[in-house]
Amino acid sequence: MIVPLSISLEVNGERVDADVLPRVNLADFLREHLQLTGTHVGCEHGVCGACTVRVNGEIVRSCLMLAVQTHGASVQTIEGLSDSGEIADLQDAFRDRNALQCGFCTPGMLMAAQDLLKQQTEPDREQIREHLSGNYCRCTGYQAIIDAVETTARGRRTA
Amino acid sequence: MKAAAFAYARATSVGNALQLLETYGERAKVLSGGQSLMPAMNLRLVSPELIVDIGELAELRGISVSGGVVRIGALSRHVDLLKSPDIAEHAPLLAEAIAHVAHPAIRNRGTIGGNLAHADPASELPACMVALKATIVVRGPAGERRVAAENFFTGIYETDLSARELLISVELPMAGKNSAHFFHEFARRRGDYAMAGLAAQAIVEEGAFTDLRLVFFAVGDRPVLAKVGSGLLGRAVTPAELATASSALGKELDPQDDQQASASMRRHLAKVLLARGLSALLGRPDLHAGVRA
Amino acid sequence: MTVTSSNPEILSELDRPNSYIGKVVPRPNLGRLMQGRGLYVSDMELPRMGHVVFLRSPHAHANIRGIDAVAARGVPGVIAIVTGKELSAIITPWVGVLSHLKGLKSAAQHAIAIDRVCWQGEAVAAIVAVSRAVAEDAAELVRVDYEELEAVTDMRTALDPATPVIHPSLGDNLAFERNLDAGEVDAAFAGSDVVVEADFIFGRHTGVTLEPRSVVADWNTAEERLTIYQGTQAPHMVQNIAALHLGLEELQVRVVCKDVGGSFGIKVHIYADEMATYALSKLLRRPIKFVADRVESFNTDIHARDHRCWGRIGVGRDGVITAFEIDDLTGIGPYSMYPRTSAIEANQVVNLVGGPYVTRNYRARARVVFQNKNVMCQYRAVGHPIACSVTEGLVDLAAARIGMDPVEIRRRNLIADNAYPCASPSGLRFELLSHHAAMNKLMTMMNYDALRAEQAELRSKGIHRGIGIASFIEVTNPSAAFYGVGGARISSQDGVAVRLDAQGSVICQTSITEQGQGSESLTAQIVGSVLGVSMERVRVILGDTDNTPYGGGTWASRGAGIGGEAALQAAKILRGNILDVAAAILQSSAAELDIADNAIVNAADGASRMELRELARIVYFRPDTLPPGVQSELMATRHFVPREYPFAFTNGVQASWLEVDTDTGFVKLLRHWVVEDCGTLINPQLVDEQIRGGVVQGFGAALFEKCIYDERGQLTNASMADYLVPMSGEMPDIEVGHVVSPTSETELGAKGAGEAGTAGAAAAVANAVNDALRPFGAVITEIPLTPQLVLTALGRV
Repeated sequence: MIVPLSISLEVNGERVDADVLPRVNLADFLREHLQLTGTHVGCEHGVCGACTVRVNGEIVRSCLMLAVQTHGASVQTIEGLSDSGEIADLQDAFRDRNALQCGFCTPGMLMAAQDLLKQQTEPDREQIREHLSGNYCRCTGYQAIIDAVETTARGRRTA
Repeated sequence: MKAAAFAYARATSVGNALQLLETYGERAKVLSGGQSLMPAMNLRLVSPELIVDIGELAELRGISVSGGVVRIGALSRHVDLLKSPDIAEHAPLLAEAIAHVAHPAIRNRGTIGGNLAHADPASELPACMVALKATIVVRGPAGERRVAAENFFTGIYETDLSARELLISVELPMAGKNSAHFFHEFARRRGDYAMAGLAAQAIVEEGAFTDLRLVFFAVGDRPVLAKVGSGLLGRAVTPAELATASSALGKELDPQDDQQASASMRRHLAKVLLARGLSALLGRPDLHAGVRA
Repeated sequence: MTVTSSNPEILSELDRPNSYIGKVVPRPNLGRLMQGRGLYVSDMELPRMGHVVFLRSPHAHANIRGIDAVAARGVPGVIAIVTGKELSAIITPWVGVLSHLKGLKSAAQHAIAIDRVCWQGEAVAAIVAVSRAVAEDAAELVRVDYEELEAVTDMRTALDPATPVIHPSLGDNLAFERNLDAGEVDAAFAGSDVVVEADFIFGRHTGVTLEPRSVVADWNTAEERLTIYQGTQAPHMVQNIAALHLGLEELQVRVVCKDVGGSFGIKVHIYADEMATYALSKLLRRPIKFVADRVESFNTDIHARDHRCWGRIGVGRDGVITAFEIDDLTGIGPYSMYPRTSAIEANQVVNLVGGPYVTRNYRARARVVFQNKNVMCQYRAVGHPIACSVTEGLVDLAAARIGMDPVEIRRRNLIADNAYPCASPSGLRFELLSHHAAMNKLMTMMNYDALRAEQAELRSKGIHRGIGIASFIEVTNPSAAFYGVGGARISSQDGVAVRLDAQGSVICQTSITEQGQGSESLTAQIVGSVLGVSMERVRVILGDTDNTPYGGGTWASRGAGIGGEAALQAAKILRGNILDVAAAILQSSAAELDIADNAIVNAADGASRMELRELARIVYFRPDTLPPGVQSELMATRHFVPREYPFAFTNGVQASWLEVDTDTGFVKLLRHWVVEDCGTLINPQLVDEQIRGGVVQGFGAALFEKCIYDERGQLTNASMADYLVPMSGEMPDIEVGHVVSPTSETELGAKGAGEAGTAGAAAAVANAVNDALRPFGAVITEIPLTPQLVLTALGRV
């Protein structure tokens, strides 16, 4: 009989202690155990990018990581990034540019975009497209998203 | 789909990991970055009894340079290689290739050891290892083995590594004087597995190759070190010679048909890569322009 | 063409000083979606909820000889394992036909297969457990004894006498056939200087909504009421059909649709597994959740566009098109989908071919055949990409043959902008289109002549770029002519109720739904504009059959045109009612008053007289102070359906600029332009983004997407790693321009815009690829245009 394992981690700045079966991936752990449903599940095989979260400051596909692997780690989800205000300007740019339609890709897209903006202050459109190339959006055709990220980068340079 | 149930062990040392592998054999799977294993488990294509998580093994980390050798610990992630000044300086081919591997979120988790042990014939890194004359360091119950990359990859998802062994590190000779490299692949979308790719490492002296390793990937069941490379050493390559080499390459390769490309398509793309690669390595646009693959 | 209305006065309600119409304003619902605080069905959990996993057939065609679920029932956490036979006691089967599609036939389909499976992926048993993972564990232990049958997979041989008939009771594998012969086709071809023909082949593709189909069904046995939480485009349709097949009154079924992770026509149908989920909830007396995983999405979400269409065109040396003729063949899977049927796409192809052009001579045949593959049905821009690709592909082939520029040949044949109203040879009635104005605008936007010069120069350097043009028409704002006349209980009218709340804000309930298009925003914009209320004080409620007026929902580019007009009319009534009560309070007359900036103002000088908040206070809490006999009605409801025209056609033109690597066959999209005319623009940004998203879906079809079946009917690329969708790295920027020809059928004047992008994108790309390849004499009339296809056409592999 496979038993749950105890893990301790930090999620959006709060300490979480949980007992979790080894087979539970991080996306399902966040959604079903912690009710952090802003992390979306689109394919469960690491292609669509909807489940992108941050682990120890770096973006990962949460469907391709076991919850037990986050023992001792710091995890940040879209809810955390929203509440901290870290991506408020990026969200404003998405709103102004209508860079989302159904919104299902948006949490993952914001995660990936913020990851780029942290690494590069002046990304050109090609670099933005490249960095977001693992995040699938069926609605927008991507251009509005690229525009919003470009606008945010510009805003941060002049801020 | 959700992964089938499995037990999980966080290995505390290489020895501990090897013990677990010894006990479980084929019923265990080593979890490194998990970027190939997790999709397979989520699709229930793979259902191990035990997952041996080696993620905490510090001795498998790190990139170091000494004695003319670049040593890369198995747990080095793609992003680590991409950002490493040592890799950029001493193995620029690898740095260039890594940028073609998947996407940032995948590169933050995927490791070189996991990638090589998985041995996807369409993957960039096995080809780079062969091109760079890498040595794969493997540890098992009987101790450590060192395997030349050329002999490590034995088939589709198959390597010389047994179920009771762990890939520890890879060692690359530092790129020397006059070395040149070329990397290119044809993939439908950014980050996709290639339909055909070429990782090439060479030494060019006075317009001629003194060493040339052309390793094609996604055109066979493993990286293919093309024999035609050796015929191009020591003299200026003419368009006619390139044409000869191209046709010899076509005969040498034995790619498979799949959904993305027929065998003849892959063969054709390899010839295009050969022309573009040689032309780039020698700085001779005339070569590329002169040949219709 | 400019923004004009035959009756200027009629737009007065929208031209008010603080009107939101025509303005770019952010959608009100974006905050929750950006913060991860939306509520998609896949997020929902209810007490005692069970999770269902469907065991699906690995065979394309097989008899079910037996199902052994003993071992699976023993898995801890399993609640029930239910077969098709068991479920048939709860839910009745259905047949997807419509009476106005004469001759259309299909077989009865069950929620879960009973004796026989007809495609790989059809459900054979439901496993309900405490979690999806446990249900999957149990599913692995269910043993099904199949007797494999010959699978019918190739549409070209589906009608051969030697091919097995999938449903013997139907007699053959022909689901539907339509023939049309208009004008003098034979004489026209005989009199043509040049006749060109080609076979156009379209890859079967699918929607790949990022959120898979999801439903939570909650049968409350005490209330005898079923609540269905589902990401659907048409809640009232789902209500009607669930009730019908579960033996309930519609009153007993509530459909709630919260946030939806993409639809595109995928979520407007009735799927067997969703019906099974409703029935399982009733059977097991508890909430049941079904969320398709990605593999079963590929295997069971409707597919579309699997067509092979032969076409020919006749032209004179002067470029005048003399006739079109097509013979279209499509394979739709083993059943016609319910309730919209799977004959609509082929029917649309017949309707739309040649649509932008003057010629009266047109002959068409379309045949729809059954096969043992996943079902096909309506997906964004139903039939349009096929009709457009065939038409525009033929026009380009003809232009090349007579040595005429592709723009010039179109200009000589597009219906003149002053020729309306008029009708197409297939009987489509056009109220007002603007093909020439759109083409002129496109030429300016893309600087066509300069681009041609650039192309020629690059060609001399061995760089092969192409320009592709595609004119198109789009069906929007459908009336009952689409489905209602054929007997389907799919409403073509929509309703909106607006009311002033006790603080002077506005609550608006609409029967259209939101999947990201901007339904909520456009409704608030219209209502706010008419009422003189700021948008942040308008709350829009949609997607709940208990709490919205009855209506069709959001599909076929109808939300803005039909739902928007209903909102406009309802708000006008409420505005009148508010002014009446204001006049009574202020001892004035309604004519002397207006509403602006959330207050009653003087119509003459705009001076504020009373906040709406104060008016609401008096009406709701101190009605005793109103003059005798004044009973205010601060809620109004209006419904709307187009009556004069069965469809509001829109038009447009697209252009693609791309480069073909003739060594590798890779196509690189460089730029893309669209000019379209959807009438009144309520929110130009939302329209542009509908166009862009639609275009990129068309790019997917043009270059990447294809469901690849083997000869045994196995879908071989059912994962996102193998089925290639467009990603950001390969997509170009898209420039969008507009011509505005409002429909006179509504005060709003808005037509639909949701499908225009998808309608013409693939045709523009294919024409551009062929333009690039012209020096090589290669012509490709198949999509997706894979490198393999391109190199094969070039004779390189």
